[in-house]
Amino acid sequence: MKTELSRVVSGLKTTLMYAVIVLFAAIFFFPFYYMFIIASHPRSTMFVMPPNLWFGGEFFTNIRQLLAVQQHIPYLQNYMNSVIIAVVAVATTLFFCTMGGFALAKYEFKFKNFIFVFILSTIAFPPFLNIIPFYRMMAAFGWINQWRALIVPGMASAMGIFLMRQYLEESIPTDLLDAARIDGLNEFRILLRVVFPLAKPGMGVLAIITFIGSWNNFMGPLILVPARTRTTLPVALNTLSNLAFGEFGMIYAGTALAILPLLIVFFFSSKQFISGLTAGSVKG
Amino acid sequence: MSSTRSLWNRIGFNPKVAPYIFISPFFILFLIFGLYPLFYSAYISFFDLRLAGNRGFVGLDNFTRLFTVDEFFTKALVNTVILLVFGSLLQHFIAIPLAILVNNPRTRGRNIIRALFFAPYITSSVAAVIIFGMVFDHNFGFLNWLLETLFGIEGGFRWLTRGGPIKAAISIMLNWRFVGFNMVLYIAGLQAIPHELYEAAEIDGCSNAQKHRYVTLPLLLPVIFFAVSLSLIGGFQLFEEPFVLLGGTFTAFGGPGQGGLTAAYYIMWLGFGTGRLGRGSAVAWVLFLIIIVFTLLNRKITNRLRG
Repeated sequence: MKTELSRVVSGLKTTLMYAVIVLFAAIFFFPFYYMFIIASHPRSTMFVMPPNLWFGGEFFTNIRQLLAVQQHIPYLQNYMNSVIIAVVAVATTLFFCTMGGFALAKYEFKFKNFIFVFILSTIAFPPFLNIIPFYRMMAAFGWINQWRALIVPGMASAMGIFLMRQYLEESIPTDLLDAARIDGLNEFRILLRVVFPLAKPGMGVLAIITFIGSWNNFMGPLILVPARTRTTLPVALNTLSNLAFGEFGMIYAGTALAILPLLIVFFFSSKQFISGLTAGSVKG
Repeated sequence: MSSTRSLWNRIGFNPKVAPYIFISPFFILFLIFGLYPLFYSAYISFFDLRLAGNRGFVGLDNFTRLFTVDEFFTKALVNTVILLVFGSLLQHFIAIPLAILVNNPRTRGRNIIRALFFAPYITSSVAAVIIFGMVFDHNFGFLNWLLETLFGIEGGFRWLTRGGPIKAAISIMLNWRFVGFNMVLYIAGLQAIPHELYEAAEIDGCSNAQKHRYVTLPLLLPVIFFAVSLSLIGGFQLFEEPFVLLGGTFTAFGGPGQGGLTAAYYIMWLGFGTGRLGRGSAVAWVLFLIIIVFTLLNRKITNRLRG
């Protein structure tokens, strides 16, 4: 009798638990779904009551419309810019952060702990404090509308160095480094030939984080790279949604194309991505 | 030639010197792009520096006017705190129970659920605002329709043109984007709690609720501190969501009645909308000090709770 009752209670609990999870999943997922709904409707069926909850058939018409206004918003050009900037940002960040992380993970040197704590503390540094002088400086360098303004300042990011340090500390055996030294490799060769190949899984996590950060960066290009043909997707989407007021089909189709690759990459790598992102929260 | 080569070898074969070389890019970049602008920003906050030119030293004027004649600053600060509470802080009360729920070993498909809840976080602020544009539309938006259908609220809210609803709309978006992120942080924290503690609590006759009250929450405090700190730092610097939602240009200046003007938005508007770089830097420094005070307060509260 008692076991019967407790089984019913626990069954109810499980059902309730899943109900809450499903409800939240629906809330989190709905805006993405809604984006594709709107992206697939023509203007004629856009403004209706009750709102559209199922796909229209005009997704590709909307894309064509988006590509037809490229003299105002060079969408494909901006897309390419975003890709190139993200790829270069990833490559340079991987190089400098693996190098820095390696130093902190596998060497003993004076002020090592101080340097480590210092680097960590700069993560909490609010970027807004600097934005005005930062802009002045970039202007003085002649870097306005240059992609390097978006890439160079973040190449040796504190977050990336921290992440790589955590990874390399555990994954590179000190014996291996000593063996390489006995074989006559200098420290730079060790970095290139021994550390980089072994660092790949950690680099993968950092690559995803850096890519997403670069792809989504809005304030940077808004201020530093405003030129229409030089700028990136987020700025282009912002301009599009202001200029093409009411043309929701086109705006949403452009937005969908912009975040689709990110969603795909994320769903295949969410486990590594999340583990990398939370690495600091538990230990720190 | 041979001397550069021997220098290369001297560094290359010296494990005492090499790490300094490896870590130097960080310090070079930080010096140029972090530290220098920091001091420069402090310096120009004492000048009436404009994009058009420098109108000279003004002492503390840029600061004093913020607390005397500048009504926009007060407004921006109030808006920022309201959005901080409803958009960034209260969501921790959703994220923690959600994390406990999803982390429950009996929950199936935990990784998929986690990824799904986390997906809004990887969406750019611009994309998120555009997506929510149709949700918040006054006449044809999904939210007003839902409110009317479910709760019989007729006429709907003017989400994007009234001060209160603007802040509600931004808060809703912030909750959507960051609840999953915070939940993921808390799940990582939960997984670091030794399982034996729960078993011990069970032996002591603790109910489920008591277990979370006496085991989970105290041990989660460091993660709560970390996550709330991130929320404070991010919340006080909120700019992109209100900026894009309310027109995406500086001339919008926080939307109707400055209902969506935040402190960071005000900095950007001063600096890049009106070209008043000195005043913008002064606001940035005040904001920075406020962030420090709140972070220290957060630490103090956490330490007190730890006992």
